Amino acid sequence: MQYSAFSLLKNALTGHRHWQPAWRDSEPRSQYDVVIVGGGGHGLATAYYLAKVHGVKNIAVLEKSYIGSGNVGRNTTIVRSNYLLPGNIPFYEWSMKLWEGLEQDLNYNAMVSQRGVLNLIHSDTQRDAYARRANAMRLHGVDSVLLDKDEVRKMVPFLNYENARFPIQGGMLQPRGGTVRHDAVAWGYARAGDQRGVDIIQNCEVTGFRISNGKMMGVETTRGYIGAGKVGLAVAGNTSRVATIAGLRLPIESHVLQAFVSEGIKPLIPNVITFGAGHFYISQSDKGGLVFGGDIDGYNSYAQRGNLPTLEDVCEGGMALMPMIGRIRLLRQWGGIMDMSMDGSPIIDKTPIDGLYLNAGWCYGGFKATPASGWCFAHLIARDSPHEFAAAYRMDRFRTGHMIDEKGQGAQPNLH
Amino acid sequence: MRIPCPYCGERDIHEFAYLGDATVSRPDPARNDAVQAFYEYVYLRDNPAGSFQELWYHAAGCHSWLVVTRDTRTHAIFGARLASREAS
Amino acid sequence: MAAQSQPARLQSGGLIDRARPLEFQFDGRKMTGYAGDTLASALVANGVTLTGRSFKYHRPRGVLTAGSEEPNALVELRGGSRREPNTKATTVELFAGLEARSQNRWPSLTFDALSVNSLFAPLLVAGFYYKTFMWPAAFWEKLYEPLIRKAAGLGRASGLPDPDTYEKAFAFCDVLVIGGGPTGLMAALTACRAGARVILCDEDFGFGGRLLSETFEIAGISGASWVGETVAELAESANVTLMRRTTVFGVYDTGTYGALERVGDHLPTHVPHQPRQRLWKIVAKRAVLAAGAIERPIVFGGNDRPGAVMAAAVRSYVNRYAAVPGRRIAVFTNNDDGWKTVADCAAAGIPVEAVIDPRANLPEGLRNLADRAGATLFAGGRVLDAYGVSSGLQAIDVETAGGSIVTLNADCLAMSGGWNPALALTTHLGSRPVWRPDIHAFVASAPPPGLEVAGAANGSLALAACLAEGAAEGAKAAEAAGFSASMPAIPAVGADPTGMMPLWKVERSRTKAFVDFQNDVTAKDIAISESEGYRSVEHLKRYTALGMATDQGKTANVNALAIMAALTGKSIPETGVTTFRPPYTPVAIAAFAGHHRGKHFRPTRLTPSHLWAAEQGAPFVETGQWLRAQWYPRPGETDWLVSVSREVNATRSGVGVCDVSTLGKIDIMGADAGAFLDRVYINTFSTLAIGKVRYGVMLREDGIVMDDGTTARLADHHYYMSTTTVNAAKVMQHLEFCHQVLWPELDVQLASATEQWAQFAIAGPNARDTLRGLIDPEFDISNEALPYMGATTLTICGGLPARLFRISFSGELAYEIAVPAGYGDGLIRAIMSVGAPFGVTPYGTEALGVMRIEKGHAAGNELNGTITAADLGLGRMMSTKKDYIGRVMAERPGLADPERPRLVGFKPVDRAQRLRAGAHFLPLGAKAVAANDEGFMTSVAFSPSLNHWIGLGYLKNGASRLGERVRAHDPVRGLEFEVEICDPIFIDPKGERLRV
Repeated sequence: MQYSAFSLLKNALTGHRHWQPAWRDSEPRSQYDVVIVGGGGHGLATAYYLAKVHGVKNIAVLEKSYIGSGNVGRNTTIVRSNYLLPGNIPFYEWSMKLWEGLEQDLNYNAMVSQRGVLNLIHSDTQRDAYARRANAMRLHGVDSVLLDKDEVRKMVPFLNYENARFPIQGGMLQPRGGTVRHDAVAWGYARAGDQRGVDIIQNCEVTGFRISNGKMMGVETTRGYIGAGKVGLAVAGNTSRVATIAGLRLPIESHVLQAFVSEGIKPLIPNVITFGAGHFYISQSDKGGLVFGGDIDGYNSYAQRGNLPTLEDVCEGGMALMPMIGRIRLLRQWGGIMDMSMDGSPIIDKTPIDGLYLNAGWCYGGFKATPASGWCFAHLIARDSPHEFAAAYRMDRFRTGHMIDEKGQGAQPNLH
Repeated sequence: MRIPCPYCGERDIHEFAYLGDATVSRPDPARNDAVQAFYEYVYLRDNPAGSFQELWYHAAGCHSWLVVTRDTRTHAIFGARLASREAS
Repeated sequence: MAAQSQPARLQSGGLIDRARPLEFQFDGRKMTGYAGDTLASALVANGVTLTGRSFKYHRPRGVLTAGSEEPNALVELRGGSRREPNTKATTVELFAGLEARSQNRWPSLTFDALSVNSLFAPLLVAGFYYKTFMWPAAFWEKLYEPLIRKAAGLGRASGLPDPDTYEKAFAFCDVLVIGGGPTGLMAALTACRAGARVILCDEDFGFGGRLLSETFEIAGISGASWVGETVAELAESANVTLMRRTTVFGVYDTGTYGALERVGDHLPTHVPHQPRQRLWKIVAKRAVLAAGAIERPIVFGGNDRPGAVMAAAVRSYVNRYAAVPGRRIAVFTNNDDGWKTVADCAAAGIPVEAVIDPRANLPEGLRNLADRAGATLFAGGRVLDAYGVSSGLQAIDVETAGGSIVTLNADCLAMSGGWNPALALTTHLGSRPVWRPDIHAFVASAPPPGLEVAGAANGSLALAACLAEGAAEGAKAAEAAGFSASMPAIPAVGADPTGMMPLWKVERSRTKAFVDFQNDVTAKDIAISESEGYRSVEHLKRYTALGMATDQGKTANVNALAIMAALTGKSIPETGVTTFRPPYTPVAIAAFAGHHRGKHFRPTRLTPSHLWAAEQGAPFVETGQWLRAQWYPRPGETDWLVSVSREVNATRSGVGVCDVSTLGKIDIMGADAGAFLDRVYINTFSTLAIGKVRYGVMLREDGIVMDDGTTARLADHHYYMSTTTVNAAKVMQHLEFCHQVLWPELDVQLASATEQWAQFAIAGPNARDTLRGLIDPEFDISNEALPYMGATTLTICGGLPARLFRISFSGELAYEIAVPAGYGDGLIRAIMSVGAPFGVTPYGTEALGVMRIEKGHAAGNELNGTITAADLGLGRMMSTKKDYIGRVMAERPGLADPERPRLVGFKPVDRAQRLRAGAHFLPLGAKAVAANDEGFMTSVAFSPSLNHWIGLGYLKNGASRLGERVRAHDPVRGLEFEVEICDPIFIDPKGERLRV
């Protein structure tokens, strides 16, 4: 069923009795051409683009829980392509371009809202670094603007300009950055993939791989064996666990990133504001809640929940930046498990096992990457060669010394 | 979360800085496959879900490096030892 | 007189203080309540039924509950910068002069323009926005989204800085009791008598829980009296801390509980020197959760009408507050507990119109109760729909056991669908509740370690069981914390039947039946969600927004699960469970921040010469936590560049002084100190002669530069290391790691000395002459005695111990002199005094920066965490004779690639041109695209020595391109010009000035 104002009206007039499932709840078949492990945003996007762009017919997405149960539904919904390094910018910009056409492509309103992402600058050194970044973005054809203090003040007058520990000296704006309704991304890709024949199999956990002479044959699951010559892993947060089953040891640690939402209030904050010096970023959802976050909790974790010190740290940053939010109440804190890679950048690559492909290491940049990740992972799986925009995301970069380290923190995942 | 520092007693986590896996050890730089060994030491991690031995630094305390055993699924802490004792 | 103004206040009874009337306003209407009221009970007493408009359909809403689970009666409390949106009227303790306003309505509460949304309701169902607003794409940000955003949200934030203060505190106890109802009081009492340190918290302003709202007798006295006696004993015990108005909102790891104490929210005005709220981190050996239970509504048409009130809330209003929520009450209950409302209303003289109980076979006692109350009994009946106007309920349609429909007049419908144990805290660490079919509710399965659940929170709803379980868990907790506890006598109470028959949703309702009142989620929305495949409980929540409002679905979630279960034909536990995330009730963001805001956001570190520098009128710059003087303006200097250039010139031609105390300083001692340094630096320090200084670079283990600085050897077994300012703590941690974890066998001791020494650079041709005025005469600092890169300890100013290093960041003859930090202020004043004849000039971080760029020294802008020693041109320092941290990984091809960008200097071809850091370098004539990007400018300065701008930067193959020209491309600043590549050392490349 095509979604439109007309179809909504038609259903309203018939008492909403005729809506169809957005996707089929498929039973697993015995053999697929491609099995994607992980029914999150990346896995579902991969399946969709495999079907749509590469014409692959027999695709299954296996999800151990319900689709979208991982980080695609646990993030702070920000999309942007304001990266620094040449290994990253083209990829994230391609993602941004896909976001810009996503809703029409999927026929699903994911509320892509390009409200602008503002990074605050507090020192000359930081301004120099942001100028370098903004110029790098321009060289890649990405929009970026360097703002002085007055321009920032005009855009977001409610920040603390008078009594700040780290006074605001300016900002870098990506006007095309913004937010996207996170759950809708998973559902939109699922529905569009389903319409192209992708089988979405929920409550199906992969428990083993059948590998013969170094070649992938299929996966053992809680719902039985499923054969597939090509298996793509997109299981952020659980990558090490699943990779261990296949005998792989990865440059990844699992860490919790928390997110927070306030009670819903009338419109207050127009765009996305990032206060790097205070480890705080914030936007306001269409429902009215202030959605904000900060650093990861900082120690290895598979617990999908956060702790108190980071919450305090983030709220301190919030109050330092915008003391007007003091009486607004925090409604919920939650956490997602991040694949923190050793240089802060992702991996989209083949593995030593023929037919096993890896999509991992997104740190906390995974949501904004969803469309391009799916696009490039689909390309890799279909063609057995990396897509040009993901060419830097090779696993052997650590061995060869070609890290993509935006933050310059080195091989310590909890600092990225 | 609270960590039982052998010197200072049980202290809130905000006093500590984290490094990570305590089970990897710095390879002998003289060995033939030193580059491969260092690559694995610096970059590759078991990243277990469950009991994990990890390095914490009591930054706002006694400056000891500790080996803390913790369950990464529940954050239950089973103990902390001085890393220097561990290594020597 | 006050009573007259409160038409719905009972003439007697209640726990309010009628001697203390309190004036307050709601939507500008002046009213009176009493001390002991909540805002909700005062509104009820004043006959106010309509308190707000719903989120999506703008339906009229009134008070539903009497507690923190309230989804409807949300108001904006107070005014100006203290305005608090979305405040639950049921939890606001009434105070004199309270002002509240209804929310989400325009222009007024009774006439709300957006209530037209109700007409479009068929279109605004679950997920409608995912299906439309997509065409044309550009209209989303410009048209659709602003409309949706404006309509969404409930209250308005003030938009002004919060003027109040907040505190954070730790508390430690043996037994934390969460909830001060019958269960919690018994638990606290038992643990208290065992001698344990007990903290008892309750979110209410009075202890007692349901005992304040029910008519129970305990041990022959009223429930409220029993509470009074029990609390008195606890209050007299030195080992008990009673915390009223304190919500334990979260369970965190290792027995840490988050709690919010509302210190001043019940007071009319801010009390000086008191915070508004205090955030407690309570560390408890054991905890007892006695948070009670939350009554659930029944889902039927119009169940959201003002006047449809939870049955137990009706008893709260009648018994505790002597306020009557209606004149003609009907009771719709599927359980025995709801019948207490019949009895209590009748006892208070409130007419009970009807009792509707879906159970066909009711016990004799209940039938008699209906008779005594004069109520029509509909055993086996159901309420199908409730009707009314915006100000409230007027009538209900009842389907009788026989299937006929009877319309009854009623202005208040007390409803009870049973009780959900308040188990939210047990799920905060990830445990999932289990379904108990015998009581038709979820209970905790595996509560967090150290926490036990008791009483109604554990599914034991009857009073006798609450008292017994409370005592038992209190004793267990005290025992587990190391005390010897004995069970107290459990006071005798009457029978408290808890029979029920599940009824989640009434079939055949004709009008909208609400499940989540605050987010306007109806039974129909759940059906749509189901038919579209959003069947898992998480999909349901996310697709319909069920349970996502400020009440986190406390009254909604279980009903929704039951309805979904019925639709899918599965059982409730098969369908899903209800889990909750902290906080239990919403907590002000400012409370989590405490005093960490404004200038106090992070600590501020002041240099030893700060006071003196401030006296000179220096502006300060934040470098990490430090404040450092940027420059020292002279009268008449209006442009910073003039001041900075003067400071540079004065230093290069005479002598300058700069506070460099912020640099990290580490004493390294022990027989193996030299060997230790050899392993952490790329170059060798074990061979350094005593009394000498050497520049060193240390790498991370991945081969990238971590930090640089100088290290002096002060004695055979004593080195003194300096680090960059920003990396001081990081390097200390790294060295401790190397020492304790990697090489504990080495005889080394490390001590951070950053704060122990005040250190000043004295630089310029007259530096030595200036110093001579300070140094005690027995010490020789001639060029021969203390040559370049020499170090010594001596005394100054008549016996003050000092360390003196002949090192130079400026490129001039220079020293750094260190004295114990307490003498720093005295030393800067002494330097200025003895240097006056030589024209000594203080210089700040800007002049320091200019001079280091003139000398090509790398600093923070260059050491960005991706740079190798070779990139800096220091590849030859990397010893091949020893191992050191980072050596092996630095050999990887990606790091050893000779093509990597190299640090070089830049001059504008047009010497009048100003350079800017952050510009990228492109070959002349090449297109401005990424493929032609050859590097970027890291640092720039106006060189007063050369009289033009100079820069440092990384450039591909830079070292072999000296003299070549490239384009500096800076589109974000609209700049584009040619620069000449040069050696990064602009001044005195041979370093002759250093050695004079």
